Amino acid sequence: MSTTTPPLVDYDDALARFDPVIGIEVHVELGTATKMFDGASTEFGAEPNTQVTPVSLGLPGALPALNGKAVESAIKIGLALNCEIAELCRFARKNYFYPDVPKNFQTSQYDEPIAFDGWIDIELDDGEVVRVEIERAHMEEDAGKNTHVGGATGRIHGAEYSLVDYNRAGIPLVEIVTRPITGVGERAPEVARAYVQTLRDIFRALDVSEARMERGNVRADVNVSLRATPEAPLGTRTETKNVNSFRSVERAVRHEISRQAGVLDAGRTVTQETRHWHEDTGVTTAGRVKSDAEDYRYFPEPDLVPVAPSRAWVEEIRATLPEMPVARRRRLQTEWGYADAEMRDVVNAGAIELIEATVAAGAAPAAARKWWMGELARTAKTEGVELADLPVTPEQIGQLQQLVDAGRVNDKLARQVLSGVLAGEGSPEEVVTARGLEVVSDDGALVAAVDEALAAQPDVVEKIRGGNQGPIGAIIGAVMKATRGQADAGRVREIVLERVQQG
Amino acid sequence: MSTISREEVARLAGLARIDLTESELTRLAGELDVIVDSVAKVSEIATDDVAATSHPLPLTNVFRADVPEEPLPVADALAGAPSAEGGRFAVPQILEED
Repeated sequence: MSTTTPPLVDYDDALARFDPVIGIEVHVELGTATKMFDGASTEFGAEPNTQVTPVSLGLPGALPALNGKAVESAIKIGLALNCEIAELCRFARKNYFYPDVPKNFQTSQYDEPIAFDGWIDIELDDGEVVRVEIERAHMEEDAGKNTHVGGATGRIHGAEYSLVDYNRAGIPLVEIVTRPITGVGERAPEVARAYVQTLRDIFRALDVSEARMERGNVRADVNVSLRATPEAPLGTRTETKNVNSFRSVERAVRHEISRQAGVLDAGRTVTQETRHWHEDTGVTTAGRVKSDAEDYRYFPEPDLVPVAPSRAWVEEIRATLPEMPVARRRRLQTEWGYADAEMRDVVNAGAIELIEATVAAGAAPAAARKWWMGELARTAKTEGVELADLPVTPEQIGQLQQLVDAGRVNDKLARQVLSGVLAGEGSPEEVVTARGLEVVSDDGALVAAVDEALAAQPDVVEKIRGGNQGPIGAIIGAVMKATRGQADAGRVREIVLERVQQG
Repeated sequence: MSTISREEVARLAGLARIDLTESELTRLAGELDVIVDSVAKVSEIATDDVAATSHPLPLTNVFRADVPEEPLPVADALAGAPSAEGGRFAVPQILEED
């Protein structure tokens, strides 16, 4: 058997000859205050092993107690994904040995997921809608976190030993599994990304998770297989684990399509295995071959009683579901009058809520978009933070825009006011007062400044009198300089013309 | 008639990380056979109108309120660890990542 890796096949070439089928498993960490089966806190970023109890650590005799809020969140997710909610379901033990699973089993659900048989419509960048069928959504618990010591990069290779922090062990997860997604062809990578993005938006809308990708709140495993034609049976799939950004989901699917096409072209067969995604190089590498290790010897968890959500409870929860993100986006786009491309940029920048609040604070939708997608987006990029994490509130942007609308500051001054707000100098009004940034609206002061500028450039006066308005800019520039940018350029222009005519 | 083979016991032992000798494999294959036969008798009685049971008490929906409780002090959490470093449990090199 050859061990060389067949070359990747060009993506378009691969798509011309193979039909890709994808499937996605998404894990979401629920935003409950405590873990799934014990009262340890779930707060992010605590010192190692400071958020553990005997249950989190799997100490002998420790017994799980199910978090009701987590069950409610799982039902919410199931309903938002148009699933049936089980009349009765159980937890099961998934047995395997790994240091981050302190009990030597993960408490999960096996053949009785809390939610099943759902679907969700996702919208691609060009507005095309694809329906993704959901096979199931089940409850389980997260594992601890391993740090590998001694390896050059903190990865397993070359590591001498590993350190384990169990703060994350037992944090409630819901795992959502799609049915095979077929018939999307070359758009498979985009569909995968849009699907994960849609789920992230739904988790946030439901308020069941902070759903922060960079913190690993949402993690995706992507399954890819190829077949010769859409009529052929499904090909052998690979599962690329823990792809943790939208862009990586898209890249990983694309890479697997090219890689598997190369394997098939070389006359070999795709190995059914888990694969690891490498963010830096954009490739996947072989992990564990699915074999005996897959034999998890599931059995019903004897320490927990079944969950049997009454239909009344399910309906009560359904009644609390908020407007779903896709519908909400459509409504807001219409209300705000944004073009498709503008709305897409706003969505991608995570600025919907910010703009909504800014509009509520009195700014016109166009102005709100201009601030958040312009000056503030640039600042966030420079600072390397999310828009929402900038030290300015939508209410302050609304106040700032009202100063502009009232003619009290011009665009240039408004940006200075904003930088003052961002620097923590207070509200826009306070910054205007403290820095003396208000537009000079006193004509007397402006006339004096204009006269001074005209006197300094007598040749310009002649030209303007002669009907050549070109040099007016030089006079306006001089006035703006003299007033430190605090004049209204339009008003200055009017005064210049008046003075020249009168002179 | 034996339904559990020695090979199956050996595989199960491997999955469960239990080191069994040849004679133990043979003995356990026989013992597990008896257990499986007994369970099979239950299957004969259990009909479609008998719900599967996973818990001896007829309870459902036993929930805990989502209220944080005092965690174990780190020193207690690590007390049973053969080795620890920086508040974390130190474990032998992990060979394969899942």
